[in-house]
Amino acid sequence: MSESISQEIVVKVSRLARLNLTPAEIERMTSQLAGMLEHFRDIDALELSTVEPMTQPYPLQNVLRDDVEAPSLDHDEVLSQAPSTESGRFRVPPIIGFDV
Amino acid sequence: MQKLVDIAFGVSNGSLSASDVVEQHLARIETRESEIHAFNCVTADQARQDAANIDADVKAGKKVGVLAGVPIALKDNMCTRGVATTCSSKILEGWKPPYDATVVSKLRAAGAIIIGKTNLDEFAMGSSTENSAFGPTKNPHDISRVPGGSSGGSAAAVSAGFVSGALGSDTGGSIRQPAALCGVVGVKPTYGMVSRYGLVAFASSLDQIGPFANDVRDAATLLEVIAGHDPMDSTSIPQPAPSLVSVLDHGVSGMRIGKVTDLPEGCEPDVLARLEAAFDALRAAGATIVDIELPSITYCLTAYYLIAPAEASSNLARYDGVRYGLRIDSPDLNAMYAATREAGFGDEVKRRIMLGTYALSAGYYDAYYGKALKVRRLISDDFARAYKKTDVVLTPTTPSVAFKFGSKTDDPLAMYLCDLFTIPTNLAGHPAMSVPFGTGAHSLPVGVQVLAPTLGEQAMFRVAAELERAS
Repeated sequence: MSESISQEIVVKVSRLARLNLTPAEIERMTSQLAGMLEHFRDIDALELSTVEPMTQPYPLQNVLRDDVEAPSLDHDEVLSQAPSTESGRFRVPPIIGFDV
Repeated sequence: MQKLVDIAFGVSNGSLSASDVVEQHLARIETRESEIHAFNCVTADQARQDAANIDADVKAGKKVGVLAGVPIALKDNMCTRGVATTCSSKILEGWKPPYDATVVSKLRAAGAIIIGKTNLDEFAMGSSTENSAFGPTKNPHDISRVPGGSSGGSAAAVSAGFVSGALGSDTGGSIRQPAALCGVVGVKPTYGMVSRYGLVAFASSLDQIGPFANDVRDAATLLEVIAGHDPMDSTSIPQPAPSLVSVLDHGVSGMRIGKVTDLPEGCEPDVLARLEAAFDALRAAGATIVDIELPSITYCLTAYYLIAPAEASSNLARYDGVRYGLRIDSPDLNAMYAATREAGFGDEVKRRIMLGTYALSAGYYDAYYGKALKVRRLISDDFARAYKKTDVVLTPTTPSVAFKFGSKTDDPLAMYLCDLFTIPTNLAGHPAMSVPFGTGAHSLPVGVQVLAPTLGEQAMFRVAAELERAS
């Protein structure tokens, strides 16, 4: 599987992860991730084609509660913790473009 | 060291005052906290108020809970309504949750007094508390050494005598490893036995809350209080938790204790010597030692360090500067996300988000994350085969005693190797606990780890109690 990770890939992944990494971080991250991925090659030796993936340890499925009203979090208390609010809602910067 | 069960007994029969107990604990914290840094915050005023209420209840003849008046420390990744919950991260600094975690409600209902929130590696990612944004916790046995992590603050708080009990969370060893390094008991229960509602998520298929205490009985008492089904956690096991305190005196006669014949190398000789002594003690108490093999255990580290960061990269996407915590103002939304996350997360958290995002990204998913999930199955199957032959398994908790600050910070992989013996349990979803069993190099504590199959807590606690009697 694992070809060594390049700086270009690290930059792409940092964009996917919404991390504004500095050039020094990109460089350090590239070498550290490469080291880890090299170590992770150990599982390449395993024959896994017939093995079922295991996503959770305890086999519970579709855990639903009864559809009845119950108290929820206090609206004002939740909003009081937000960096910015307006008219009872979270306020965010413009989503598209700058010229608003 | 004051036992949790003795405090609760004294407070509930009126021979101890909860207020006095709280003052004594605050005084102990005052004496040594500046040196240890176990806490991110000490909630002294609230603790005094809660203690006064308990004393009033006792005086009025009201029934109080099994933890009446017992000061408890909480890892600072468990939500406490109105009290800052930081995960030792700048991105959550100052955030006051609008609700209590289920474990917090359960502790309070049992009469426990929350005395503070303890330090951790940021978002529970680390094995030394060196990744805390607020500075590391010191090991009370030797302050030039780490307490382990990520629940290092909780382990150190119990070890230093600041509290008789604390809660931590364990994703790859974050309760057991610091327990071993600080010389206290630490338990990671079966996945789903303790509600994760209100535990800030790291890797949701691995995370589990559990107790720290000075002895096995106190740990069992704490676990009985926090265990049980919770409709607020969809992964909570829908059945009553087993009784634990009642089995502690049952002994180990006739029990089968698994010895891993293909244990990965890299353990300090002193640690291995203590493990051998533990087998001898259990044999002398009437148990049979059974050889078992866990051939896939060698691949645990790879599976874990792909699965946990993958889940973390998804869980930590919520820290976006919109609903809580830090925001770095920027002209548009995407720039705000990236600037906030860059400023708010520390190095290790960024590293794991990057690793996880990479492992889940198009073109790499099958090669990394998909494969890791299959390796997880192999490990689980290994355990299933082993538990046909044995009731519990005994391993070291950690490859070494507590190490010096800075000795592994430049090499992430060396740090990850600290979790070699604790990770398999999380991947399988099983319970395991660390029990102090003598000392190793530099007279520092060594922990022995008792592993059991899903919901095998009773067998695990019986063996732990026997080891404690023998140590």
